[in-house]
Amino acid sequence: MAAFLQQVVSGLASGAIFASLALALVLIYRATDVINFSQGEMATFTTYIAWSLMDNGLSYWPAFLLTLGIAFCGGVALERTVIRPFENKPEITIVIVTIGILIALNAATGWIWGAEVKSFDSPFPNTTHEIGGVTISTVDVGTTVVCLLTVIALWAFFRFTTLGLAMRSAAVNPAASRLLGVRVGRMLAIGWGFAAVLGAVAGMMAAPTVFLDPGMMLVVLIYAFAAAVLGGIDSPVGAVVGGLLLGVIVNLLGAYVDFVGSELRLPSALAILLLALIIRPQGLFGHPTVRRV
Amino acid sequence: MPLLELRDVEARYGAIRALHGVSLTVEEGEVVSLLGANGAGKTTTLRAISGAVRKTGDVTFDGKSIARHAPESVARLGVAHVPEGRGLFGELTVWDNLRMGAYVRGERKTFKQEAPRVLGYFPWLEARKHQQAGTLSGGEQQMLSLARALVSRPRLLMLDEPSLGLAPTVVRELFGIVKHLNAEEGLSVLVVEQNANIALDASARAYVLEVGTIAVSGTSDELRRHEGVRKSYLGY
Repeated sequence: MAAFLQQVVSGLASGAIFASLALALVLIYRATDVINFSQGEMATFTTYIAWSLMDNGLSYWPAFLLTLGIAFCGGVALERTVIRPFENKPEITIVIVTIGILIALNAATGWIWGAEVKSFDSPFPNTTHEIGGVTISTVDVGTTVVCLLTVIALWAFFRFTTLGLAMRSAAVNPAASRLLGVRVGRMLAIGWGFAAVLGAVAGMMAAPTVFLDPGMMLVVLIYAFAAAVLGGIDSPVGAVVGGLLLGVIVNLLGAYVDFVGSELRLPSALAILLLALIIRPQGLFGHPTVRRV
Repeated sequence: MPLLELRDVEARYGAIRALHGVSLTVEEGEVVSLLGANGAGKTTTLRAISGAVRKTGDVTFDGKSIARHAPESVARLGVAHVPEGRGLFGELTVWDNLRMGAYVRGERKTFKQEAPRVLGYFPWLEARKHQQAGTLSGGEQQMLSLARALVSRPRLLMLDEPSLGLAPTVVRELFGIVKHLNAEEGLSVLVVEQNANIALDASARAYVLEVGTIAVSGTSDELRRHEGVRKSYLGY
């Protein structure tokens, strides 16, 4: 039982990272009906920025916060310059543009920082705690707490601020929002800023274990896709629950199902994604698509 | 100087021209209705005023041209447009929908000031505040949409077919509120309607749109006596 709980807790830590990135996907999906394929590379790029800041002598938390600020501005700038010209184009066009951003950011990361793998410090000590026979690592707890705090802060923003309300309105009904004085384009840009911040948190939390290299978020992004679909691609709550659930399930499968081991974790996440699509296409918390005819 | 003036406004959707030179005015404190059949260009006229459709010709509001303004800028000047289909945020709560009405003038302060006044007209909204707007009945949604527009304390209220799909008693209640707002608060209103009887009853003047141009205009009494209008729109 203790070993089982241990696996659950360590699954929650990776699940929290999936949840952050999945939430970033959902944010942009709700606003524009588009899956942002560049979400992983945005996260990688900002994690490298954090690495550079620390390499230049900044300590962890100042670098962390500064990176979040840079990520926000970068996300906003990316939307204003690259996405905006395609605002009124069909969704598929914007999807292709995000794939373009993926390739460009990936190349830029390699060009600026090189392709060799770098180590990235964790802000948490490499210690363990024993609670009721369950050994819990500080890194796992810290990772989970940081990701969930970010998610909660974002939720509070959307729930309690006027700007958050305007952003929700713009996502639900852009035309009506304009008639009420909302600058919808600006709301979209801020949405991209927040998505970039979530990505940066996910990237910085993942980097100590997956190590820093230009392709480091590719696998995490696939997990995040699976989590978002599992939870419901239009549901922020679903993204978070889906992420945590996926982290735990995949970890348990890896630990207890012999043939899964550590090699078949990613395929098992994809299997979960397929199952979700077959059994409950709208996801756990999503709204089924209803078309009026 | 009229509050709102359209001079020779033309608008098109792609290759299809929807308005062929529409001119009309709304004076301060006046209720004006814009009548016409489906596809005559009523909705397009409102969208042209709001800046939601490309157009040529001039639109002035309070003496200043708003012909090049985007919808959000027109809204900021005090034009509240209750659009076709009501434009509610179905997934958001009734209260959040109402709050959005105040957004244009600084949400928190305006909402605190204006909400009591608006709830005086629609007291039932308070009890339903946590309900998702999409789950209200058609009549309630139309009332919510009107209430949301009023929260901004607009200088001009534009209503796009408020009677569409509603029961006659609800329509009477709605127009009763509009008349009251005009009489008590001096609110200027431009209302688009297919239901000419009720619209003429509520307005001082009216225009009739036919295939994108103004075919007839005059006071509501004149239009009631106008033979063509009577036969085509009033049904007697």
